[in-house]
Amino acid sequence: MSELTGVIHDIGYQRYTGPRLGRRHVFGALYLHGVRTAFGLGRSAKAKIFPWLVVAIVLVVAAGLTAVRAQFGEVVMTYAQFADAMSWLVIFFVAVAAPELVSRDLRSGVLPLYFSRPLPRGDYALAKLGALATALWLLLGAPQLVMFLGAAFTTGDGMSGVWHELLDLLPGLLYAALWAVVFASIGLLIASLTGKRAFAAGGIVAIFLMTTPVVGVLSIMPSPTINELAFLASPSTLVGAVGTWALGDLLVPEGQGGGMPIGDFGPVYAAAVVLLVAGCVTLLLLRYRKVAAR
Amino acid sequence: MALLATESLTKTYGGRVTALADLTVSVEPGIIGLVGANGAGKSTLIKILLGLLPPTSGRVSVLGLDPTTDPAAVRARVGYMPEHDALPPDLSAAELVTHLGRISGLPRTVARERASEALRHVGLHEERHRAVGGYSTGMKQRVKLAQALVHDPDLLLLDEPTNGLDPAGRDAMLTLIHRIGTEFGISVLVCSHLLGEVERICDTLVAIDGGRLLRADRVSAMTSATDVLAVEVSEGTDDLAIRLAALDLPVAREGRLLLVPLADEATYDLILGAVAELDLPLHRLDQRRHRVAELFATREPSHV
Repeated sequence: MSELTGVIHDIGYQRYTGPRLGRRHVFGALYLHGVRTAFGLGRSAKAKIFPWLVVAIVLVVAAGLTAVRAQFGEVVMTYAQFADAMSWLVIFFVAVAAPELVSRDLRSGVLPLYFSRPLPRGDYALAKLGALATALWLLLGAPQLVMFLGAAFTTGDGMSGVWHELLDLLPGLLYAALWAVVFASIGLLIASLTGKRAFAAGGIVAIFLMTTPVVGVLSIMPSPTINELAFLASPSTLVGAVGTWALGDLLVPEGQGGGMPIGDFGPVYAAAVVLLVAGCVTLLLLRYRKVAAR
Repeated sequence: MALLATESLTKTYGGRVTALADLTVSVEPGIIGLVGANGAGKSTLIKILLGLLPPTSGRVSVLGLDPTTDPAAVRARVGYMPEHDALPPDLSAAELVTHLGRISGLPRTVARERASEALRHVGLHEERHRAVGGYSTGMKQRVKLAQALVHDPDLLLLDEPTNGLDPAGRDAMLTLIHRIGTEFGISVLVCSHLLGEVERICDTLVAIDGGRLLRADRVSAMTSATDVLAVEVSEGTDDLAIRLAALDLPVAREGRLLLVPLADEATYDLILGAVAELDLPLHRLDQRRHRVAELFATREPSHV
């Protein structure tokens, strides 16, 4: 370098001849950027307040549950139940993070800068979706890990106790992943429709809020079939119903009650979740096909 | 190899609105001005060149690649500066340009280095860590130019780069574009609705109107032999015209003026001699350079 001669040269414009990374790396860069954005990293201090408040709440709750269990030996919540209990926080987190991820880009007009680069428009949407789902999964999964570590260190049964805890934890993490994917795909689809973040946040909360009374109405109709299918009407109860079916007593421990009376319709709920997610992703991709051409 | 080439390129929206009609043009590397009024089809052409819009019919090639079949390869080698606001206000210029560099496929550290280099070249260095929301219009335009440069493209597509700038800012932007085209060795396509602005920095001009090609040529070819002497006498204009024609000078009338192409310095002497011999009151004799605008203006009616 020029330090040797002690003279600073204006080196002018340098052409770049190094490697140009492929589609996978570009996708990864956008995805990681999205996960950071969801937690307000690399943004202003104001953008960090809400995500980290939510993170703090779930971690404190997890720590409290762990402490209660260590002190009194009482399991207040299973891992899977934790995700259910935190669902309202997750909804608010989605309502803030999804507009941050996509509405902001629509609003600021930055999308032409993305789509004039070798980034397929579908990749943009899928990277954002993956980022939001990952953020949600971390939000629900990290506290479960705290609970697991607490339980593992205080277990009285040695390694077999740890193993037993792990077998409880893994379905809990899977269930958290289901929450994450369903909420992320619905939230991101709604947020992608508007550049106004307040509208997007309102729309997301509304979808989850407004559908809950529908479930209530359907579940008191005078038909057992309708009652048992009532939970299809709202995303939150839909996920809960799938959990009830797939996880059984991990979500609804014996003697606690409160599970969802879905009858024999478990597979219907599972199919409904798959269709819901597939539909949201398809609409999201169609949406960006239109946006990119503008 | 042509930098850009289109062949009977046509784009209609919904079968009704015609944005481009049978456009055939081919240009060599350099600085190209794409001029036309608002709505002439400039932005549509750029979107087709980037592979963002499929043409209704016709063929197009950019850097020898076909953007309709291989858009990723084209976009990897092209930098695009959009016309409208395109910057998220809460990010700093350095963060944004680095991020977009990575989306163009640069490795992480390279993206960071090249982002700060690109921002330095457009004249933003100290300010680059401040949030873009607080920038002036001129600074925002520079950030938009820097993000188009960050991945070292072979071709820059600039859509109205002087939009919203004051006269000093326009001059600075045009000087910068000229430097990119000459010193950096990057071809540039500059879109503008202001011909007078781009003709100063371009080698080639492409003029379109209503989606049709008006004219495409090198600026040198358009302006050569266009230096003209304008002669005005208070009376005896016809006599002078006859006299000059007798001297083998191709005279043209334009109102009260006589226009004589300037061949060399002797042309002045011939005209002055003729005026003196006829003893006419010379009102004015001056050289005027044909602006490219006039060339387009005279050709327009025959094409539209």
